[in-house]
Order: sequence, then structure tokens, then C-alpha cells
Amino acid sequence: MTTRRAFLAGSLATPLILRMEPAFATPEEMQNAIDAFTGGAEVTEGRVELDIPMLVENGNTVPLRVAVDSPMTDDDYVEAVAIFNEINPLPDTVRFFFTPLSGRAEAQTRIRLNGTQHVHAVARLSDGSFWSAQTNVVVTAPACREV
Amino acid sequence: MAVMINVPETAAPGEVVEVKIIISHPMETGFRTGSDGKLVPRNIIHELTCRYMGQEVFRAELHPAVAANPFFSFFVTAQESGEVELSWVDEAGETVTETRPIEVG
Repeated sequence: MTTRRAFLAGSLATPLILRMEPAFATPEEMQNAIDAFTGGAEVTEGRVELDIPMLVENGNTVPLRVAVDSPMTDDDYVEAVAIFNEINPLPDTVRFFFTPLSGRAEAQTRIRLNGTQHVHAVARLSDGSFWSAQTNVVVTAPACREV
Repeated sequence: MAVMINVPETAAPGEVVEVKIIISHPMETGFRTGSDGKLVPRNIIHELTCRYMGQEVFRAELHPAVAANPFFSFFVTAQESGEVELSWVDEAGETVTETRPIEVG
């Protein structure tokens, strides 16, 4: 028998369930994506510089610059840098692949951010080590919203 | 696809030069609804490659979180005169290759 109390409890809980957006990534999914990139190897914070403005008005085009401290010689260079986000629909953002001929492990692009969140950069070096940096970005007008 | 590419015309041997590219492309994420209420099919440029002296120098793997009209800046070590080749491909299968000369010496 449905009691008044059970009915009220159920009707209050329903909107919460409807509000959940399963298509959107979570910090845990971002961590899974980072683990897939590193193969579970240890990631040390440092050597990576991640530049994103601390406050952005338009999440549809956010300037991003990443640079890794490396001599970029044939036996010591940065192979790849992957950028991850916490709350966009997909945690993968962009990946850069460098070679010794790059001369400098640095790249710029513009990304979309669906709201205020942490953005992570993880670099893979030719010696197999992983280095990272993260930054918090406040977004006043997120991407993925119709205007 | 309209494109603007900036490669220095001249460089000293061993100089690390900046290459910039901006490509006109909507980078449809597949998460956006169009005016008919249906999802607009995903179509993003998913790879951009830069080759120089017959070698890959730089490559980017793009995801839907890259902004529309993607812009990239990266570096190349100038070693000999030749062409800097940039190519990219989107999920509709359209591939574009552009070259810019660089004179080293």
C-alpha cells in the first residue's frame, strides 16, 4: 500500500534523478582517462607549465598554452602532452605529440570548457616518466549552452 | 576550408621557429541540438600533422573540446630550406594538405 509518506518521499526524490546528466564526465572519469594515458604509471607534479586565464568569460573559446621543461634532444625529449578536463561531456581535450625536431615542447590552442573546473596537463617524456600540472579555471559563460 | 598559416619565410640554421595555423571549421561536437531539435551530427577535425624534411615534427589529436575554427601554435627547428607541410583530416573524411616554404641560411 502506498502511504502518504512514501509517496511524498518518492515525488521529492524524482527531480533529483532527472537532473542527473549521465552524458557528462566527472572528475573520476577524468582520472580514468589520465590512467589510460599513463598506463597507470606514477605522475609527478612539475616540469609542466599550463597557462589558461584564471577567469574566462566565454567557455566556447578559452586560450590554452602548455610548455614542458625539456632539452628536446634525440635522447631526452617530450613525446606527448595530453590535456584533460573534469566536467565537459568527454574528459579528453587535446593531445600534442612532439619530436626532437620540434625544438621546444610548447603548444597553444583554444578549447571549450563547460563550466568552472580544473584542467590537467600530463606530459610523457622519452624516458617513460610522466609529469603534470593543473589549474583551476572560472568560466562565467560555459560552452555547450545555446545562446 | 579556409585556412591561415604562418611560417617564417627565413630562419637561421638551428633556429626554433613558431608555426601558427587557424582553420575555418565548425568542430561540431555531436552534443549540440540544431534548430529542428535534433542533435547535429558530430564532425570534428581529429588530427593535425606537421611534416618537415620528410619527418613528422608535430601532431595534435583533437577532441570535441577543441574550440570551433581550431587554432594551433607550435615550434619547428629550422635545419634546411624546404617546405613545411601541414595536413589535417575531419570526421567527414575531408583531408587538406598545405605547404609553406621556409628558407634557411
